Amino acid sequence: MGFNLIIKIAIKHLFTRVKQSAVAALGVTFGIAAYIILMSFMTGLNSLLDGMILDRTPHVQVYNESKISAIQPINQWEHDKEVMHVIHSVQPQQNVMGIQNATNILQYLQSRKEVIGITKQVAVNGYFITGAIQLPALINGVDIIKENDLYNLGDYVVEGNFKHLAEMDNAIIVGVGVAEKMGKKIGDVIIVNNIKGVQFPLKIVALYQSGMAELDNRQAYTSVQTAQVIAGLGNSYFTNINVQLTDMLLAPQFAQDIAQIFDVSAMDIQTANAQFDAGSSVRNLISYAVSFTLLLVAGFGIYNILNMMIYEKMNDIAILKAIGFSGGDVKWIFVSQALIIGIFGGLLGLTLGYGVSVLIAHTPFEVDSFPNIKTYPVNFNPDFYILGIIFALIATFLAGYLPAKKAEKIDPVDIIRGQ
Amino acid sequence: MNPILQVKNINKYFDGAVPFHALKDISFSVNQGEMVSIMGKSGCGKSTLLYILSTMDTQYTGELYIQNQLITGQTPDFLAHIRNQHIGFVFQFHYLLPEFTVLDNVMLPALKLGVKSKEEIEGNALKHLEMLGIKDQALKLSTMISGGQKQRVAIARALINEPTLIMGDEPTGNLDTKNSLLVFDIFKELSQEKKLSLLIVTHDEDFANKCDRKIIMEDGKVIRD
Repeated sequence: MGFNLIIKIAIKHLFTRVKQSAVAALGVTFGIAAYIILMSFMTGLNSLLDGMILDRTPHVQVYNESKISAIQPINQWEHDKEVMHVIHSVQPQQNVMGIQNATNILQYLQSRKEVIGITKQVAVNGYFITGAIQLPALINGVDIIKENDLYNLGDYVVEGNFKHLAEMDNAIIVGVGVAEKMGKKIGDVIIVNNIKGVQFPLKIVALYQSGMAELDNRQAYTSVQTAQVIAGLGNSYFTNINVQLTDMLLAPQFAQDIAQIFDVSAMDIQTANAQFDAGSSVRNLISYAVSFTLLLVAGFGIYNILNMMIYEKMNDIAILKAIGFSGGDVKWIFVSQALIIGIFGGLLGLTLGYGVSVLIAHTPFEVDSFPNIKTYPVNFNPDFYILGIIFALIATFLAGYLPAKKAEKIDPVDIIRGQ
Repeated sequence: MNPILQVKNINKYFDGAVPFHALKDISFSVNQGEMVSIMGKSGCGKSTLLYILSTMDTQYTGELYIQNQLITGQTPDFLAHIRNQHIGFVFQFHYLLPEFTVLDNVMLPALKLGVKSKEEIEGNALKHLEMLGIKDQALKLSTMISGGQKQRVAIARALINEPTLIMGDEPTGNLDTKNSLLVFDIFKELSQEKKLSLLIVTHDEDFANKCDRKIIMEDGKVIRD
C-alpha cells in the first residue's frame, strides 16, 4: 500500500515535467544504446579476427625444427666435466626436414582420446615458373577434405572447387597473388620447380585468398602425394602433423607431452597466438571503458535533473512532510523517479541499440581480407542486453539516491516559514 | 476536561552570531473541543511555537504531550506518523500539491495512513468536500480553483484522518472577509459538533475574539491567556 502511493506520486511528478523526464531518460537511452552497439560491434569484429586466426591455427602443431644439438659429441666424453673446451661456430647437423618417426607419432595420437582430428602436411619449397618469371613457392601437401572439416580451408577458396584437389592427380590450388602475377586462371597448367630443378606441371583447380598478401603471393595447396613427389621423398615423409583437441585449453600440456615423448617440436595454439590474445583483450577493455564513460555521463545528467526537480519541489516536499510523510517516504519518491527514468530509458536504449546493431549487421562490408564476409560482423549476445539494463538501473539509482538523500533531510519548517 | 495538547516549559533559541531566545518558558494546555487562538505581533514567536507544537520543529527544550503521550525526543518517523494521524494542518498559503486534483490532495494523508480502503477514503473525502461546499470542484486540478476554495480543500485534507487536533497558521490570512467568515464557521462547527481541538495562529482580531480562548504572546512569552 505505502509503496504504491510513493510510486503514484513519483509518476505524477515525472508526468508534470514530461520534457525534463524525457531528457533524463534519453541520456540513459543513448548511453545504453551506445554501450550495446559498441559491445556488439566490437566483439563481433573481435570474434571475426579471432576466428580468422584461431580457425586456421591447429591446437597443436608437431614439426621438426633444425637446431643445434644440445648435447655435442664432446659432452659425451667421459672426462667432459674435468676439462674446459671451446668450440667455435657450432652448426646444425644436416638432416632430413621431415618428422622422424611419423608413423609412431600418428599411432600414438590416435590412441589419445582428447584428439578429435589429425591432419598430415608436407611443406615443400620451390618455384613457380612461366616463361622467364620465377616466383618462390610454398607448396603445402594436404588432405583437403580433412583440412576443410577442421580448419574451414574452403572458406578461403574464392574461385573454383577445392574438392577437385582430392579427386584429381596433379591438381593445385594457388593463392590469388600467384595467379595474378603469372596471368593464370582456373584450368591452366602451372609449372612448379623443386629446389633440385625438377619440373612438375600441375593444373590449377581453385584460387585461394587468405587475406594476407604475404601468403597469397607464395602459398599453394596440393595433395599429400603430389607434395611428397615434389619433395622427392617417400610416402612416410611429413613435415607437419596438426592435431585438433576436444578443448583448446588442453593444448599446452598436450604439446609438452608430445615434445617429450618423441623428441620433436610441438607448439600449442596459445603460444602461436600470444600477441593476438593481447590485442583482443585490449580491444575489449577499450569498449568497456568507453561504455562506462557514456553511462557515467548519463548518470550525471540524471543527477542534475533530479537535483533541479528537488529544488522546484521544495514546497511539495514540505507539504508531504507536514501531512505525515516521513523523510524516508520522500527519499523513495525521488529514488523511484530515478529508477523509472532508468527503466524506461534503459529499455528504450536496448531497443535502439538492437535496432542499430541490426542495421550494422546488414551494412555491406566486403574486403579482400575476409572473402566469406559480406556484411559487418555483429555479436547479438543476450548478455550485453542483460548487463546493459543492470548498468542502467545501478547508474540511475546512484544518480537519484544522492539528491533524494537531500530531499529526505529538507526541514519543512524552513520552507513553510520562508513563504 | 481531557487535555489534548500539553506544553511544559518550552524554550527555543535560534543560533546565530548572537543567539536569540525566541520562546521563553511557555506552558499551557488545550482541552478537547476547545478552540484557541494565538495572537501577537510579527516576530513574537507565535509561528515558531506552532511549528514546535506541530512536531515539525524538534530543536527546543521542554516537554510536549499530545493526548498525554510525550512527543519530545521521539524519532522522526514516529513524529511523521503523529502528524499523519492526529494533527490536521491548515496554512496561510493553503499548500496544496499542484500536480494533483482536489480529490487526490484530500485523499493523500489517508492513503499514507493506509488504514482504510481506497474506496472508503474516496467516499470520506467527497463527504468532507460536500460539507465544505466544494464537492463540484473535486476533479479539478488544485491550481485551477480560487483561493477561498483552496483553503477549504486544505481544511478537508486536514480532516480526512479524523485528527484530534487542527492547527492553523493564519488560515484566513489571505482570504477576503466573506471567505474568512466561512472558514471560521467551519472551524466553530468542528469544535462544537465533532469535539475537535483547534489551535489557530492569527492576526485577525475579530477571528480571535470569537474563539473560546485567546492566548496573547509578546517577545516569546505568553502575556495573557
